[in-house]
Amino acid sequence: MANTYRVLDKVRLQDEEEFVDILEDKRYCSDLRFAFRTFSPPPYKGAPACSSDELNQAVLESQYLRYVIKEVALETGSSVEEVRDEACGIMWEMSQNLQLRFIRLLGFAVRKVFKRIFSAIYVNMEGLQVLQQATQECPVILMPNHRSYIDFLVVSYILFNYDIPVPVIAAGIPLAGMKIVGEILRRSGAFFIRRAIGSDKLYWAVLSEYVRTIVRKGFAPLEFFVEGLRSRTLKSLPPKLGMMNMILEPFFKGEVYDVTLLPISISYDRVLEESLLAHELLGVPKPRESTAGLLKASRVLQENYGCMHVNFGRPLSVRRLCEGKINRCQYNLTPRDLPQKPNAEAQACGSWLAHMIVRLQEEGALTSPWSLMACVLLQVPTAVLTEEGLLFHQLTEQTLWLRKLALDFRAHLNWPEKVPDSDVMSSTMALHRSVVYRKAGRVYLTRNDELERKHSIEEDMMRTAAALLMLASYRNQCLHVFVRPALLALAMSITKSTKKDELLTCFCFLQELFSNEFVFIPGQSSQDFEEACSLLHKCKAVHVGQWEVTDSDTGPEVLSFLQELLKPFIESYQLMFRFLCEERDCVFREKDFLSGVRTLATKLIVSGELHTYEALSSDMQKNVLSSLRRLGAVTKITISENNEYKVNKSAVRRTGDMLAGRIPLQIVQAAPDARL
Amino acid sequence: MASNSSGDESTRHQTARHRLSVIAGHLQRPTDRNAALLAVDCKAQGSKPNVNTSDRGEGRTVPRRRQEIMKWNGWGYSDSRFLFNKKGQAEFTGNRYRLSGMIIPGLKDWMEGTFGANLQHKTQATPVLNTSAVQPPTLNEAFVEELKSTGIPFSHEAEDRVFRAHGHCLHEIFALREGKIGRVPDMVVWPNCHNNVVKIVELACKHNVCLIPYGGGTSVSSALECPPEETRSIVSLDTSQMNRILWIDEKNLTAHVESGIVGQDLERLLNESGYCTGHEPDSMEFSSLGGWVATRASGMKKNIYGNIEDLVVHIKMVTPRGVIEKSCQGPRMSTGPDIHHFILGSEGTLGVVTEVTIKIRPMPEYQKYGSVVFPNFEQGVACLREVARQRCAPASIRLMDNEQFKFGHALKPQISSIFTSFLDGLKKFYITKFKGFDPNRLCVATLLFEGPREKVLQHEKQVYDIAAKFGGLAAGEDNGQRGYMLTFVIAYLRDLGMDYYVIGESFETSVPWDRVLDICRNVKARIVRECKDKGVQFPPLSTCRVTQTYDAGACVYFYFAFNYRGLSDPVHVYEQVEHAAREEILANGGSLSHHHGVGKLRKEWMRETVSNVGVGMLKSVKDYVDPNNIFGNRNLL
Repeated sequence: MANTYRVLDKVRLQDEEEFVDILEDKRYCSDLRFAFRTFSPPPYKGAPACSSDELNQAVLESQYLRYVIKEVALETGSSVEEVRDEACGIMWEMSQNLQLRFIRLLGFAVRKVFKRIFSAIYVNMEGLQVLQQATQECPVILMPNHRSYIDFLVVSYILFNYDIPVPVIAAGIPLAGMKIVGEILRRSGAFFIRRAIGSDKLYWAVLSEYVRTIVRKGFAPLEFFVEGLRSRTLKSLPPKLGMMNMILEPFFKGEVYDVTLLPISISYDRVLEESLLAHELLGVPKPRESTAGLLKASRVLQENYGCMHVNFGRPLSVRRLCEGKINRCQYNLTPRDLPQKPNAEAQACGSWLAHMIVRLQEEGALTSPWSLMACVLLQVPTAVLTEEGLLFHQLTEQTLWLRKLALDFRAHLNWPEKVPDSDVMSSTMALHRSVVYRKAGRVYLTRNDELERKHSIEEDMMRTAAALLMLASYRNQCLHVFVRPALLALAMSITKSTKKDELLTCFCFLQELFSNEFVFIPGQSSQDFEEACSLLHKCKAVHVGQWEVTDSDTGPEVLSFLQELLKPFIESYQLMFRFLCEERDCVFREKDFLSGVRTLATKLIVSGELHTYEALSSDMQKNVLSSLRRLGAVTKITISENNEYKVNKSAVRRTGDMLAGRIPLQIVQAAPDARL
Repeated sequence: MASNSSGDESTRHQTARHRLSVIAGHLQRPTDRNAALLAVDCKAQGSKPNVNTSDRGEGRTVPRRRQEIMKWNGWGYSDSRFLFNKKGQAEFTGNRYRLSGMIIPGLKDWMEGTFGANLQHKTQATPVLNTSAVQPPTLNEAFVEELKSTGIPFSHEAEDRVFRAHGHCLHEIFALREGKIGRVPDMVVWPNCHNNVVKIVELACKHNVCLIPYGGGTSVSSALECPPEETRSIVSLDTSQMNRILWIDEKNLTAHVESGIVGQDLERLLNESGYCTGHEPDSMEFSSLGGWVATRASGMKKNIYGNIEDLVVHIKMVTPRGVIEKSCQGPRMSTGPDIHHFILGSEGTLGVVTEVTIKIRPMPEYQKYGSVVFPNFEQGVACLREVARQRCAPASIRLMDNEQFKFGHALKPQISSIFTSFLDGLKKFYITKFKGFDPNRLCVATLLFEGPREKVLQHEKQVYDIAAKFGGLAAGEDNGQRGYMLTFVIAYLRDLGMDYYVIGESFETSVPWDRVLDICRNVKARIVRECKDKGVQFPPLSTCRVTQTYDAGACVYFYFAFNYRGLSDPVHVYEQVEHAAREEILANGGSLSHHHGVGKLRKEWMRETVSNVGVGMLKSVKDYVDPNNIFGNRNLL
C-alpha cells in the first residue's frame, strides 16, 4: 500500500507543469496543410508494425480462440465451422481498421470544429514527451477519463499532432451503428464493444483475445475508458474491471515485459452535452447515437465552450506496481492459451490498479473557477437563485474563499493568472449563461424559457431541476478535491466524537456507503483517513493529535462548508431509505423504484421538505440501490429485464439511522465486490 | 601430457594438433587400431604411494599440482589468454587452440563499443598467490596420522588448497584476482582408485572430518565454496588422479571408467580405440566424469548421444554408509525409483562417485558443420521448434541472438587473403542488401551433423529445407565451425574483460517451447533494467542463445556482462542483477537450472522448485546416507 503513495507522490511532482495551447500556433495555418503533414512516429522497439488484417488474423487463429470455439461448439451442439463463422462475425463487427488517411481526415475535421468551439486546448508538453518515449519501450495503455464524446477524438488528434502513434480505441457499439461516422471512427482506430455482453462466452473470448493481442503486439497504444461509460454526472465513476484484467494478463503471463498505464485527465470548462446529460438524469431518454442526430446537434457547435485541458499523466509501469502482489509462477503449470478466469490475486490487483488510475485522473484534472462557483451556488437556497437572486459580490467573495481552500487541498486550478478576479468571475458566468445569468448585481438561475407560455408547477420544477443538476455536475467536477476532508467533517458531525478510532470507523462506513458516488482505492481507507486529517489540519480547521481530532477556532467555517457540500447526497440517500421503508411490499421492480422516488421527491420539494433536487437524478437513485445491495440490505432476485429486488427494511432503516447518527455505528460487512 | 612434456616444442605442437582434432571434430575416418581391452588394478592398493605416474599419467592432462599448467585466478591453461598487444590489437596467446597466436582485429572495437571499455583503464589481477593470506590449515591430527599410514598422497600447501576452494563463478574469480582468500580446504587428498576413496571416507567418518569432492573445478554454482560455518577440518577429495579407463566392452559398447577422468582425456583415449562417448559439455577440457554425474551435465551433442543420465549404465559411489551400486548392467530396470537418480545431481552431498560404466559409440564416419542466418530471432526460434517437432535435430543446433552474432563477428581472426575478405564482403552484401535482412535484427544458428556421410548429407538437406521455410539462408560451414570453436575460448575472454573493468557470466535455464521467446525478451530486458536501477553507468551486454532442443522445450543460455567503472561494489551489483534475472526466469516458466546445477548459488529457490515434500524426500535421503554430514559442502539443500 505504501506503494500507492510513492506512485501518487511521484505524479504529484508534476505540479504546475506548463500547458501549451495546441490550437494557438495552428490557428493560422491551413487545416489542409495540417491534415497532410508528414506523420512519422518513432517505431515500437518490441515488434514490427501490424496491420489491422494481420491483427484480426492473429486473433482468429489464436490457440485460445480455437479452444473456446471447440468448447462452445460442444456446448451448443453446432459445428465448429459455424461457431468459427460466428466468431468471424463478431470480429468483423468489433475490429478497428486504423488507416492514416482517415486520421488525416479526422484531423482536418476535428481541427475545424475545435477551432470553432474551443478558445484553447491546453496540453502539457512534458507529458507528451514522456509518452513518446514510452511508446517505443513497451505497450502503452492510454486511460483518459470520459466526460464527453469529444474525448474520443481529442487524444488521437493530439497524438497525431505530435508524432506519437495514434491509438486504437475501445468504443461502445452504438457508435458503430452511425452511418458513415461509424466507419470513419473505425478507420480512425476505434473498435466497438457491445454493452451487455453478459455470459456470451464466444463474445468474451473474441473481445479478450482481441485486446490481449493488441497489447502483445504493441504496435499502437490502446486507449480505453476505465470508467466504462461517459460519466453523466461529470463525477468519476467506479472503474470497470473486465478490460483492465484483459490488459494485465499479457504481463502476468510474461507475454510482454511490461505494460505502461498512462492516466489522462481531460477537463472541460463547459461540456458540450451539459443539458443533454441533465435531462437524461431526469429521466428523459438519451437520444440514440445516429448520424442524423449528430447533424441536428450541430447547433451545439455554434456556441463557445471555453477551454479544454488535456493533462497527460506520468507513465506507470505495471511491472513495478505489481511487484510482490502477483506470483507470476502461477501460470507455469497450465498452457497460457487455455481459457482461465483470473484468480483472486490477479483480480484484486486489477481492481487496485483501476481504482488508482481513476484517482490519478482526478488528481490530474484541472478545477475551473466555474466548478468552485457551482459549489457555492448549490449551498444557496434554491428560492434565492430563482426568485430574489444572489448578490454577485457575495458569490465572488465565497468563491475566492473556496479557491484558497482548494489550493490548500492541493487542487490543480486553472484560474487565469494576471486577470482581475472579478473579470474571471464575469467571463466564467458569461460562458455558462445556459445555467446562470447576472442582472443588476445579482445572480439568477437560467431557466430555459424558449417558449413563452404558462408552465405548470411541475414543468417549472423540472426546468429548475435541469439547471440545478447541471450545476451539480459542475460541482462534481471538483468534488474529488474535497471529498476526503468532507467525509471526515461529516464523520465528526455524525459521531460527535473526537476519538480517532471512532471517526475512522464512521469514515469507513461513509466510504462504503458512498462508494458508488466517490471512488476510493480499495483497502486504503486508513490512508484516506490520514490524508483527510492532514488536509484539514493544513487548512487549520482541526487539531490532529495521536488519538484525537478536535476542531479549531477557525474550524467551523471550513467544516460546515464541507458538510454542506455533501448534504445533497445525505438528504437524497435518506429520502430513498425512507421511501423503501414506507413501501408496502418488500419486493419491488427497479423501474417502479425510480418513478416512485421521483414522485416522492417532487412532492417533498414542492412542499419544501426536501431541499435538494439531486434526489431526482436517476444516477443517484441507481447508486443507492447498488450501495444497499453491497451492504446486504437489498438483494436482487431476478436477472430478467425487470430487475426485481427484495428489501430488508430493518437493515435499510438501520443504515439510515447510522447515517443520521441516531444509533452507534456497527461494523458493516460489505459483500465482496460483484462488479466484475 | 602437457604436464609431462618438458617444454619440448615438437611434443607440444603434436599435443595442440591432437587437441584440435578432438575439439574440431573428427574429420577423418578413425585409424583402425586394435581396441585395447584392459583392466587395470589400482596400483596404490597395498603398495607404496604412487608419487609420479609413469603408467597412469601417460597422456593425461591434469597433474596433481594443477598450478603447473593452469591459472590460479582465471580460466584454463596458464599459457592461453587474450591480451591487447602493443599495437592495441587483441591476440590469443599459446598454441593449444585454433585461435592461438592469432590477431583478432575486431575485438577492441567491439569491447569499446559494447561496454564503453577503454584500453587505458586497466585493472591488474594479483599476479601470484600470496600464501600468507591463506589461513593456516586446521588439521585433524588423528585423521592425518591414519591417512599417512595408508600411503594415499595428500597436501596441505596453501596453493593446493586455494586451488580447490573455488569454481568459476564471477565472485570467486573476482576475489582471487583481488588476492582475497576466504575459507579454503585444510587439506587435499588424491586417491588413486575406488579403494582409496573407501578408505578416506571411512577415516573421515571415524574422525568426523568434512569431505568435499573435487573433480575438474569448473563449477559455476558456488558448489566448491567451503561453507564458512564449517568448524571441522575440511578435506578436499581430488579425484583427478583416478583417471583410467578400466575396461572397454566392445560387445555391449560400454566403457568402465574412473570418475576423475576429464572429458578431453576420455574422448581422446576412447578415440584411440575407435570409440567416443559423444558427451561434450562446453567445459569438457577440464570437467570430469564424476562431476558430470554429480551435476546432471549435458553435452552439446546430446541430440545423438543423450545427456549424462542417458549415457550412464552403472555408477559406483562411496558414501558414509558404504558403497552404492546396482548388481547388473541391464539397460533399463523396473526396480523402484532408479537409485542412479539419487546420485545424479547429488552435487557431492551424499558421497563420491568413483567408477562409472558409460555407453560408448563408434566414432562417427563423417562430421559437417553448418550455419543458417535468419532475418530475426523470432524466425530462428520458430525454425528450431519445427526441427524439434520433426525430431530431426542435428547433433547440435544452437541459435544465437543478434548481439551474439555481432560478438561472434568481432572474434573473427585476421583474414589472411584478400579473396576471403572479398567473399565475406559479398556475403554480407547479399544478406543485408539483396535479402533485406536488418543487420541489427538478424541472427544465426550453428549446426553440427554427425554420422554416415550419406545420411549426414540427407539430414543436412532436411534441416536446411525447414530453415528456408522460416526465411533462413545457409551461411556456410566456416561460420558454424567457428561458432563451436569459440565455445572453448569464450571462457578465456572473461579474464580479458576483467582486465578492463568488464565483469560478466553466463547462466542457463530450460523452458517450454511456447515460452522461449518470452523468456528471452523478458530476462534480457530485466537485466538491462536492473543494471540501470543499480547504478551501472554503461549499458550492459545482455544476450542469449538457444543451445539445446527437446521435444517439449529448449535450453536457453544468457550472457550478461557490464562495465563496472564507477561502482564501489561491482560484484554485489552483479549478484543482485543475476538474482533478479533468475527470479525473472522462474516467473517466466523457466527452470532453476538445465545443467549447471544448484550448488549454493541457487539453493534458496530449491523449495519452490521441487515443493516441500520434494525437499523433504531429498533431506531424508541425505539423513540416511550421511547422518553426520561428512559430505558437508552444503549444496542443494
